[in-house]
Amino acid sequence: MTNSALALSLSRAGSLRQHPLFVRYAPIATIVLALIVIWYIAAVLMNLSLVRDGFEREETPYTVSDLIEGTMSAERPLLPAPHQVINAFVDSVFGYAPTAPRSLVYHSAVTLSATLLGFLLGALLGIGLALMIVHSRVLEKSLLPWIICSQMVPILALAPIFVVVLGAIGLQGLLPKSIISAYLCFFPITIGMVKGFTAPDPMQLDLMRTWSATPRQVLSKLRWPSAVPFLFASLKVAITISLIGAIVAELPTGAEAGIGARLLAGSYYGQTIQIWAALLAAAVLASGLIGLVDLTERGVARQMGTRS
Amino acid sequence: MLLALVLPLSGETVPGLLARPALLGLTLAAALLFAVAGWAGGMRATGLGAAGVLCAAATTLTLLRDTDINGSASVGFWTIVLAAWLGAILCVVELASMRPRNDTSRRTLNLAIPLLFGAVVFYLWEVLVRGFGVPPVILPAPSAAAARFASSLPTLGQDFVQTFIRGVLIGYAIGCSAGLLVAIVAQRYAFLGRGLLPLGNFFSALPLVGVAPIMVMWFGFDWPSKAAVVALVTFFPMLVNTLAGLSASGHMERDLMRSYGADHRQTLTKLYLPAALPFIFNALKINATLALIGAIVAEFFGTPTQGIGFRISTEAGRMAIDMVWAEIALAAIAGMAFYGLVALAERATTFWHPSYRT
Repeated sequence: MTNSALALSLSRAGSLRQHPLFVRYAPIATIVLALIVIWYIAAVLMNLSLVRDGFEREETPYTVSDLIEGTMSAERPLLPAPHQVINAFVDSVFGYAPTAPRSLVYHSAVTLSATLLGFLLGALLGIGLALMIVHSRVLEKSLLPWIICSQMVPILALAPIFVVVLGAIGLQGLLPKSIISAYLCFFPITIGMVKGFTAPDPMQLDLMRTWSATPRQVLSKLRWPSAVPFLFASLKVAITISLIGAIVAELPTGAEAGIGARLLAGSYYGQTIQIWAALLAAAVLASGLIGLVDLTERGVARQMGTRS
Repeated sequence: MLLALVLPLSGETVPGLLARPALLGLTLAAALLFAVAGWAGGMRATGLGAAGVLCAAATTLTLLRDTDINGSASVGFWTIVLAAWLGAILCVVELASMRPRNDTSRRTLNLAIPLLFGAVVFYLWEVLVRGFGVPPVILPAPSAAAARFASSLPTLGQDFVQTFIRGVLIGYAIGCSAGLLVAIVAQRYAFLGRGLLPLGNFFSALPLVGVAPIMVMWFGFDWPSKAAVVALVTFFPMLVNTLAGLSASGHMERDLMRSYGADHRQTLTKLYLPAALPFIFNALKINATLALIGAIVAEFFGTPTQGIGFRISTEAGRMAIDMVWAEIALAAIAGMAFYGLVALAERATTFWHPSYRT
């Protein structure tokens, strides 16, 4: 009786262990938990001397628990504890009106608009270049090596120049940032789309030729559909790069608004918690944007009748 | 082309080219070469056309020395430029349509076409900037940037050592080797691997350069903070790629290793790591660019008074744009050389991979 009950409970535990959700999420949860624990310990260790100095300066007696409590709630800690970051994040997202300059929503919106505009420009440029390269051997030979070279150049170094140059012409605000984003993110799209446009095999191209299809028909009926999976794969890479471009473009240009400006201000005034909250906002934006591209991909795949 | 002879070069009333016999000769030679090239056709035409382009380009560049023309060039000048440009484009098209038989000439051709194309772009940039008299604050001519590059070599050398040797290389080495080690450990314990892979994917999509201000706060203004940013930025791509590479070996090969009675270390060094090499090199190449960007961005948050990123932001503030372009050229050369070295190492170690076998 007891034996069979034990066996039953064991098999239940076994089935729980083999449950797909468990197999998938247990390792992730464990590691995230471990990271948070490490973060707390690191926060205590790194802020310890800071807090102790504070107590000793005021010459108040303190205990170990006082010290640890101090490390968890320091005003300008070297490493803020996770709950401080979350609090600051929630506070600056929901605590202010979305248009207030202290609201993270406002700064995120500024960065997001530059990101999206840059992403759009970059995607158009990338697809256009890929189309030209696929259709012209001259361009393939002469342009493609330069496109690859352009990515070995640390493009972000161009950010201050772009802003100075465009500012001199009279362009300010969103566009310089977007151009940097576009410059950064067109590359994966071009490479991905060249691959995608040349993905149909020679048999299929020959078939199109036997139907005497014009180049435009070949493009719309064969090359374009076969490039769609490549398009979304490269769009996912491009949108994160675009976000990075927008954030970095806000650094040297002295922009007053945006996540990058928030980072810079935080570093000038030693507001560590503000920096971490801005980083968290950037992470949320990045995952949201990738999720959006992912959703679009699924929608398009369903429209095109792909079976997954 | 001949039109240029009668059209004024600038605001002068006398047809300018007739007053300069040497340039007149060059222009006539260019026109003649173009005419013969058009008539001859084929391989010889490309060579003649290229010579004509050179003559025309030399003419325009010499003309730009003249203070009258510099900044206020007019129709005649632009006609020569247009002719040179069209000739160059025709040459590139002609070269691209050639299909040489043997291997060496194909390789030379594949190198020559982009080089010629780049030369044309630089020529147009130079001529347009100087011909229209674009103020150097907005866009300096490439020759000005090159002159600045040559004249400030010591500064550039200092910046290179500070940013590249100290920041990039050390951070790159730390980040890549840490990513590799963690991936090897994670592959040994499947539980860890299943947890790290999605997290690594997530982190490598984040704008990690944003941690630069925090690193500057922790490690100070000098190179350790830059190396830390670079290490963090390069860690996750390495981790994700190596994890993918370590599972790239097939079942058959693993079974073979087991039937040899190989222990884990032997399997790792003889099978898993060699099979993962293409993936590892992929990460190394991605990281080569990321590392340089990370170091330069980190310098925007504070440096001792040297470094590529520092120089770019201060010189841009002082409107010394030619110096900024010289720094960019330095960064570009360093980046390409770095990437090229990694690619060479890849060729030497993964020569067996299908993508290198022809």
